[in-house]
Formats: sequence, C-alpha cells, structure tokens
Amino acid sequence: MIKVENLSKSFGPKRAVDGVSFEVGKGEVLGFLGPNGAGKSTTMRMITGFIPPTSGSVSVCGLDVQDHPIEVKRRIGYLPEAAPSYTEMSVLSFLKFAAEMRGLEGRARQEAIRRIVELCHLENVLGQTIDTLSKGFRHRTCLAQALIHDPEVLILDEPTDGLDPNQKHEVRTLIRQMGESKAIIFSTHILEEVEAACTRAIIIDRGRIVANGTPQELKARSSTGRLEDFFRSITRSDTVAEAA
Amino acid sequence: MRAHWAGIRTIVKRELAAYFESPVAYVFLVIFLLLAGFFTFTFGGFFERGEASLAAFFNWLPWLFLFLVPAAGMRLWSEERRLGTIELLLTMPVADWQAIVGKFLASWLFLIVALGLTFPMIVTVNWLGDPDNGVIVSGYVGAALLAGAYLAISCMTSALTRNQVIAFILAVVLCLLLILVGFTPLTDLLARWASPWLVESVARFSVLTHYDGFQKGVLDSRGLLYFLSVMAYALFVTGVVIRNHRAG
Repeated sequence: MIKVENLSKSFGPKRAVDGVSFEVGKGEVLGFLGPNGAGKSTTMRMITGFIPPTSGSVSVCGLDVQDHPIEVKRRIGYLPEAAPSYTEMSVLSFLKFAAEMRGLEGRARQEAIRRIVELCHLENVLGQTIDTLSKGFRHRTCLAQALIHDPEVLILDEPTDGLDPNQKHEVRTLIRQMGESKAIIFSTHILEEVEAACTRAIIIDRGRIVANGTPQELKARSSTGRLEDFFRSITRSDTVAEAA
Repeated sequence: MRAHWAGIRTIVKRELAAYFESPVAYVFLVIFLLLAGFFTFTFGGFFERGEASLAAFFNWLPWLFLFLVPAAGMRLWSEERRLGTIELLLTMPVADWQAIVGKFLASWLFLIVALGLTFPMIVTVNWLGDPDNGVIVSGYVGAALLAGAYLAISCMTSALTRNQVIAFILAVVLCLLLILVGFTPLTDLLARWASPWLVESVARFSVLTHYDGFQKGVLDSRGLLYFLSVMAYALFVTGVVIRNHRAG
C-alpha cells in the first residue's frame, strides 16, 4: 500500500535521504529505526506529502503523492514528531476540527469522535484546553487526530516518545492491533519496541537503508543475538558521522 | 468546488474560534475601539468639525490599522510554524491555497467585525445631524478593503518567520511604505525635487490614494481592483514562501 522508490532529499549540499526504497503492505507494521538525524522524519514527511522529494517517488494505495496529493492525504493518518496540536483549543474542538477537515460531518463526525475518544482514553479531558494537559494526554490527542478518519495508512513519527512505560505499552498494543488491517510505518529509538510491535524493521543510517528484515532476522545477524548490538554495529553515532 | 469550500470553511471556523478562545480577540477589540474613539474625538475633532460625517474617524483609521492589523495577523503562520501544527494542517486533505485563503478570510472577518463594532459612531452622527449615509457606507467599504490589504501583507510576513515580533515589524514597515508613497505632506515635499509626474505615478501605488477615494463616497472600480490585487499578490507570495519553506 505504500511504495517508496529511490527516494532522495537534499537540503542544500546535505543529502538527508539518499536513494531509499521499500514497500509496506496491508497488515504490515514497519518499524523505522536509526540514529538521530538519519533521515527517518524526512522520509516520513515525504510519504505524507508535507515536503516534496528531490528525486524518486512515493505512492500510497497506488496513487503518486506528487500527482494526487489530496487523494493521498485522505488515506493517510499522520502523527508528526513531537505531536503538535493547536494548544489553545479544547480536546473536543480540536477533534471536531480534525474530523471536519477529513470530510466527516453530522452523525459520521459524532460517531468518529466517540470511537476515537474511547480508543485513545480521552473521556476525562474532552473539555480541557490542550495547553493544560500532561504530555501523555497531549500525545494521545494528536494520535486521535491521526486515527479519526480510520485511515488505511498510518505514519507515526516517534509515537511513544516522552511517554511513561504504561503509556508506551498502550500505544504499542494499539499499533499492533491496528496493524492487522492497515499499513503502518512508525519510527522509534527504542529497540524493544520493534520486537514488541513490528512485523518488519528497517534500519536507516545517514539517509541510506542499512538493514531490512523481520526483527528475528535482524537479531540473528548479530553475533550476540541482540538487536541493540546489531544496531550499533551497522550505524554510526553522530559524532563519528560528522567526522566522516 | 463544494469540497474546496468545505475545507476553507472548516479552517475559517477554527481560526475564528482560536481568536475568541484566547484573550487575543477581546484585547484587540477593546484596544481598537478605545483608540478609534480617542483619535476620532480628540485629534480628529469630531465635534469641532461642525459637519455630520465620519471623516474624523476614517482619517485616522489607516494609521490605527497600521499597528493593529499586523498585530492581528502576525500569528497566522508564524504560530503554526512555531507549534509545528503547520505539519498537521498541510498533511490534511486540503491544498495550500485553501489553508492560506481560509486563514486570511477568518482574520479578515474578525477585522470586519471589529469595524462593525464602531456602529455607535454612525448612530451618533445620524442623531446629531443629517449625514450622507452613502458616503459612510463607502467609507466602511474602503476601510474593510484597507484592512484586508494590510492583513494580506501581515500573512506574508508571518509566513516568513516563526517569530511573531519579526513578522509584526516587517508587516508594519511594508504597510507604512504603502502609506507614505501617497502621504500628501511627504509627496508635496518630494514634488519639489522630483518631477510631479513621477511623484504622482508612485502615489498611485499608495493605499491612501485609493482609500481617500472611498472616503469621498466614490465606490470606484480602480480602488477595488487595487486593494484586491494587493491582497491577491500578498497571498500568492505567502503561498510561495510556504512552499519554499517546505521544500527546504
């Protein structure tokens, strides 16, 4: 459902993403791993159509993102990094806004909001201004926004960043459940997360894919059988990368 | 077409709600009405003029708007950039131009509401005398168009930066420029050195030149065209700025 072909993005002389290709099908949860600044967010932003690629192409559900941006955006739910939201709005009005932007009105909108509030456990904060919420709730509000139209494709940029262990567990469970009927890409720094929620993982380093396989396959490629050691053996820390 | 409009409408609703859910709207309205009243009745000499018109009010409006409209518009895009919500907004199924137009229309509506709240002045002149209400209507149309032009320029500067203060200052400077090229004391001074033809052609680009037409009661199409082109141009540049920002 997501097809990325030879995708590249340069910011000035810096090549942030360099010839990345992969596919994600329905029922797959792809974990996107890599050190900070490896190009994870940039790749995800290109898939959602937020930034145009320098070269290469992305298609979602058979539609090219550059040629049919609106059609593609309709099919995607996106949680940007750091989960931004309109902080002066209440949770309910923010969700109403998101639903309406997705073309949901009247009964359908009510039903969508009811469903999503239950799924993301927002019942008790509906009337609160997002400003006044804890980080966990703010995060879930933004996640709710991404799920409100029950999209076929989900792009989640660090969906568990800054959450406490309970919340992390909840989000992982949610991702795994939804993964059965959708195509999901999520990025993370936490390697256990990949084992807990992904059907497949891609490790990206300095804009290039350096490994692609199931969590078991990746683990097997390490001499110690641990994902962390494998990750460290094929990616460089940013201090080394700068020197190179 | 209906789908286009639905996206814009949703954005307009959200933006208007954002004004009124925060204290911004109320602070703005109170300050605008206080200052408008103050200028009209003191510097404008509302009573001393001895005529039943709103000239005292309208004469000061371009200067009052010079600061207040950029204040109302400075957050439009810079706040989206600062909060990161621009990424949410532009990955929802709307085109950039819909988001730009929606945000602009919401703020413009808000400014028109602010203008509308000066209605007690209309009541006052009609009570005290027998004004030409046609002139008053065209004066308000001119004022709304002026606000729209300033606002579009504020939109543009707001898209340039995530810092609202910078957006505000840039917008004030650009709007001031559009006033000054047609500001009579200045153009008279310039006419001593430059050829009158040159001064006059430059003055045609001033908001004041066209605004004054409306204040004389003339709803002329050139003025309308001028203000609409300033808005269209500034919003177009807003679109280019946003696209460049995303392309990196």
